[in-house]
Amino acid sequence: MLIKMWLNGEPIRDHMDADMLLLDFVRRHGALSVKRGCETANCGLCTVLLEGKPVLSCSILAAKAEGKHVVTLEGVQKEAEEFGTFLANQGAEQCGFCNPGFIMNILAMEKELKDPTEEEINEYLAGNLCRCSGFVGQLRSIQAYLKHKQEVRAHEAE
Amino acid sequence: MKQNDITSNYKYVHQPVQKKDAMALVTGQAVYVNDIASKESLIVKVLRSPHAHALIQKIQTESAKKIPGIACVLTYEDVPQKRFTMAGQTYPEPSPYDRLILDSRVRFVGDAVAIVAGSNEKAVDKALAKIKVKYKVLEPLLDFRNAKDHTILVHPEDNWRSLSQVGADNKRNLCASDSDGMGDVDEVLANCKYVVEETYHTLANQQAMMETFRTYTYLDAYGRLNVVSSTQVPFHVRRILANALDISKSKIRVSKPRIGGGFGAKQTVVAEVYPAIVTWITGKPAKMLYSRYESQICSSPRHEMEIKVRVGADEDGVIKGVDMYTLSNTGAFGEHGPTTVGLSGHKAISLYGKLEAYRFDYDVVYTNVMSAGAYRGYGATQGIFALESAVNELADKMHMDPVKLREQNMVREGQIMPSYYGERTNSCALDRCLTRAKEMMNWDEKFPRKKMENGKVRGVGIAMAMQGSGISNVDVGSVTIKLNDEGFYSLSLGAADMGTGCDTILAQIAAEELECPLENIAVKGVDTDVSPYDSGSYASSTTYITGQAVIKACVKLKNQMMEFGADKLGLSVEQVSIDGKCVYNEDNPEEYITISDISYAAECGCNTAMQVTASHSSPVSPPPYMVGMAEVEVDCETGQVELLDYVAVVDCGTTINPNLTRVQTEGGLVQGIGMALYENIQYTEAGQMMNNSFMQYKLPTRQDIGKIRVEFEESYEATGPYGAKSIGEIVINTPSPAIADAVYRATGLRFRELPITAEKIAMGLLEKA
Amino acid sequence: MTKSSRRKRFLTGENGFRLPPMVKRREKLIKIKRYWKVETLEEAYELNQKRANRIIGGMVWMKMGEKQFHTAIDLSDVVSSEIVENEEEFIIGAMTTLRDLECHEGIHKYTDGAVKESLRHIVGVQFRNVATVGGSIWGRFGFSDVLTMFLAMDTYVDLYKGGRVSLEAFSKMPYDKDILLNIVVKKNTMSLAYESMRNTKTDFPVLACAASVRPDEVLLSIGARPQKAVIIRANDTVMKIDRSEQEEFARALAVQVKAEISVGSNMRASAEYRRQLAGVLARRAVMKALVADEQKPMVITDTDTLQTKGGEQIC
Repeated sequence: MLIKMWLNGEPIRDHMDADMLLLDFVRRHGALSVKRGCETANCGLCTVLLEGKPVLSCSILAAKAEGKHVVTLEGVQKEAEEFGTFLANQGAEQCGFCNPGFIMNILAMEKELKDPTEEEINEYLAGNLCRCSGFVGQLRSIQAYLKHKQEVRAHEAE
Repeated sequence: MKQNDITSNYKYVHQPVQKKDAMALVTGQAVYVNDIASKESLIVKVLRSPHAHALIQKIQTESAKKIPGIACVLTYEDVPQKRFTMAGQTYPEPSPYDRLILDSRVRFVGDAVAIVAGSNEKAVDKALAKIKVKYKVLEPLLDFRNAKDHTILVHPEDNWRSLSQVGADNKRNLCASDSDGMGDVDEVLANCKYVVEETYHTLANQQAMMETFRTYTYLDAYGRLNVVSSTQVPFHVRRILANALDISKSKIRVSKPRIGGGFGAKQTVVAEVYPAIVTWITGKPAKMLYSRYESQICSSPRHEMEIKVRVGADEDGVIKGVDMYTLSNTGAFGEHGPTTVGLSGHKAISLYGKLEAYRFDYDVVYTNVMSAGAYRGYGATQGIFALESAVNELADKMHMDPVKLREQNMVREGQIMPSYYGERTNSCALDRCLTRAKEMMNWDEKFPRKKMENGKVRGVGIAMAMQGSGISNVDVGSVTIKLNDEGFYSLSLGAADMGTGCDTILAQIAAEELECPLENIAVKGVDTDVSPYDSGSYASSTTYITGQAVIKACVKLKNQMMEFGADKLGLSVEQVSIDGKCVYNEDNPEEYITISDISYAAECGCNTAMQVTASHSSPVSPPPYMVGMAEVEVDCETGQVELLDYVAVVDCGTTINPNLTRVQTEGGLVQGIGMALYENIQYTEAGQMMNNSFMQYKLPTRQDIGKIRVEFEESYEATGPYGAKSIGEIVINTPSPAIADAVYRATGLRFRELPITAEKIAMGLLEKA
Repeated sequence: MTKSSRRKRFLTGENGFRLPPMVKRREKLIKIKRYWKVETLEEAYELNQKRANRIIGGMVWMKMGEKQFHTAIDLSDVVSSEIVENEEEFIIGAMTTLRDLECHEGIHKYTDGAVKESLRHIVGVQFRNVATVGGSIWGRFGFSDVLTMFLAMDTYVDLYKGGRVSLEAFSKMPYDKDILLNIVVKKNTMSLAYESMRNTKTDFPVLACAASVRPDEVLLSIGARPQKAVIIRANDTVMKIDRSEQEEFARALAVQVKAEISVGSNMRASAEYRRQLAGVLARRAVMKALVADEQKPMVITDTDTLQTKGGEQIC
């Protein structure tokens, strides 16, 4: 079937099988940051933004994204680098395999939650597994990053 | 020795620098196996046995082969008949040669029956469904407690062989068996006023790294088999694949890109043989991506162990004797069976410094369940759960604070450890770790329990741990360092960075030695054709072993540059010195030649290669030490345990990169917490592993771990690079015993079998009431 | 329980989850020939009558069953994904995501936070942004927090052919080929609370319990037994206890629940443990709901008072 969607701001037209998952579709179109970590919608590695909301691309037919906007880490390189620097400053990127899905969800969280508490952060990101189990270091980076963003905002407001 | 004064002068060592690959990882660059595998690769999948024990009587593949897009369907009739081991270990491997790529006897649910390769996944799936297998179903041997000398043999075949003297005997279902000891432990224990005798049981936990097993293979222009694999042991992969395919080692080249986690799983050649044989037979590129399901049911988890412990103390609280018997379940194949078991005794018993006698016996048995392998901690985790739990029980029996009992008995710097190959502890800050942990936890106030107003109860528990730093007299680390034009260096490594950051850590050591900016060290990961030999990244060896090789190589290269520079300056080598920028006349620093000029000069009319390869192997394996303390809160009605606080203080010698040692520690603790509380392994009566997905095998999430606080008490290990020991494995060892004891203190219930689930606690409390 | 009886229960197939047999390859995901976004409900209904076709909701649950079918029927254009609130009820379109439900202020307020509590543990935000309310309700899964929660309220389902049916009746109906359009919650006066026990924070519940305290009755919906949720209404003996004696009331109800509830064993827990939990969670949920009830000033008739105060962030 023919599908049209926006991937990282670029319009895409492609013929594909009806049962192609969004995860496989975006990888086919070069978004190799998107990873598969399980078959049961548990790990969060495949998180992408669909119309701005974080979703599991392993659990959505590509066909369902017809006419919609899909964003992967490839489409938010500046933001990835900005947050990623905080992550790297803790060594908390570790093996890196879960980073893309994790960072997509952090960017979504940033938009959705205002000044989240530690508990709210952990709840929002609970669907992002990491077996290096760097949760503590990740939390340190997130808090440092959010504080930094707050300072930037305060500075801009002046 | 306190470390602070020594380390304060370092520029790159002991600094929390960013990993060299960090920005590539956080921006999602295509750096993993499946990102770089050719799009033309055949998709390789394996048909798996539904039976725990069966003989394949007939296997029909014709209709599968006819499906469009199928390149090959392989059965046991198509593979070499020489047995090999998939364990990534130094040759001759202690693990028995008990595998074929495909065998007519299947030995566990999930064992490989046939290999299918095709141009697309749908065709491969269709072909898998078309293969018809007629099995003669045999009774499986599922209970490891009865496996030794059982009438059912897992490996009755005559071409099974064991290359090393490990007490293996396939006709007795024995993968290994041995005993070790000092003094008369029975007599010593008979004279102890307090003796605890209990049995402890740990399960075959999965490493569950986020990137499953995966390998991409192709033939190059020379007809050689190129293997790009997510592995911790590239050089062992080369040997194992040559054995498996029965071809010359010279035909194989192995390289590894970035790796999405290993934790020991990738010290076994789990996935590599399948695409390798497909490419070797078809000549086409191929890739095998293990599904999560496969990673759960047919991989290389921790060895399930049942450990009987007797530990005794006299009336003054001196622990005088330890007797341990470990029964280890290696499953259907023997990977890492003979070696993991040793650590369950040696790395537990050696924590205690006043023993008059000890005994450590073990058997490692074959059964018809998934084969075990290497998982962080490698047997020490299991043994330390058993012994540290027993010591906690001993303290309780003596009405003594378990911290005090340890203060009195722990191993101390300068002691000889008879149960640790007679090695001396030249660096040991375990005492300081204990003092600090106690302070951080506010132990004296919290021990043993506190009833909360909401009806919940809090308790605290403690455990100590040790590990090794590499395998003494076995592990080899080598590096090549080369001076390039403009004076930058390339550091070629045989050690495999699997997300741990060893590429960066080794570069930090090189930059410190060569006194140059870290950016001037270009690191190149493993390619068996060009990298110098390295045993691989396991056994907590990389920083300690390969780090020393880096120092050796840099020292040699500096000498070479000095010789070269002195010659250019018309001086003798004794007259010159070197700093990061130039070689200069010691008496007249104005007279110098820059490293950059040396590099250019060495590229013109020169007979000296500005390149050095150095190797390092160590006669000792200095243990890192640590103390872990857990505070839990138990809901006595539901049995739910909230881990409120986990305090860990670690002595890993010098922390070469404090950030990376910290995240290693935090991560290892969380994996240990998973083992203690959540990660269950359940089998059906027919031998099917049920926890075959992340839906049924519950890793701890960031909501399940409470507060984790880590500190370091550094010692200085003279045989390690800049005083460093290891960190990677030790950190998984304390949570199980510490949490088990905290739960005991809160509830009065002893748990000697993991995981400690809410159900076990709630039902235990009901029974007690 | 002996070891062998514990092992045996794994074989009895009373998992409560409609998941595929263990050895089946779960890694191959969904296989479909055609994806069809219908333009009318009638078209969807017609297509759905064929055995080879399936309606897809969020697909997260369906995908785990390794379903192979011909046409995937997408209802996006004909079934609502929105929540409409009026004076009498909430009308929740079947295509509404769990996350939208979780973040709906009116529902949050009306349910005393119980709906959010019932949803926030389900895997993760990304999952709840995909899974639909309709998918959960239609599935009538044993493990369903959503079904457990909605059964505690005065809930109805709107079926394309079957019309409006109470959720309690629907939960007992066999699977048919109808189409679920809306889930309707009547704004009757009640106080609600939700409690669940999970082995890890984002796992399926080992047991789940929603309590509803109403002027004339008190009921509990208990799910993940592991079979699908059932309603237990406080009996006369319990109802005779003065509700202001909250602890006494809750304890009495817990005793009733433990005696009446039917529970089973699966990988996550034994029946014995579930029975124990049912008593504990029932007592806690009812206590919570009684406390919430006590704090409510009066019977709410004016929808304005249902609105959350401006700026309050619930998600």
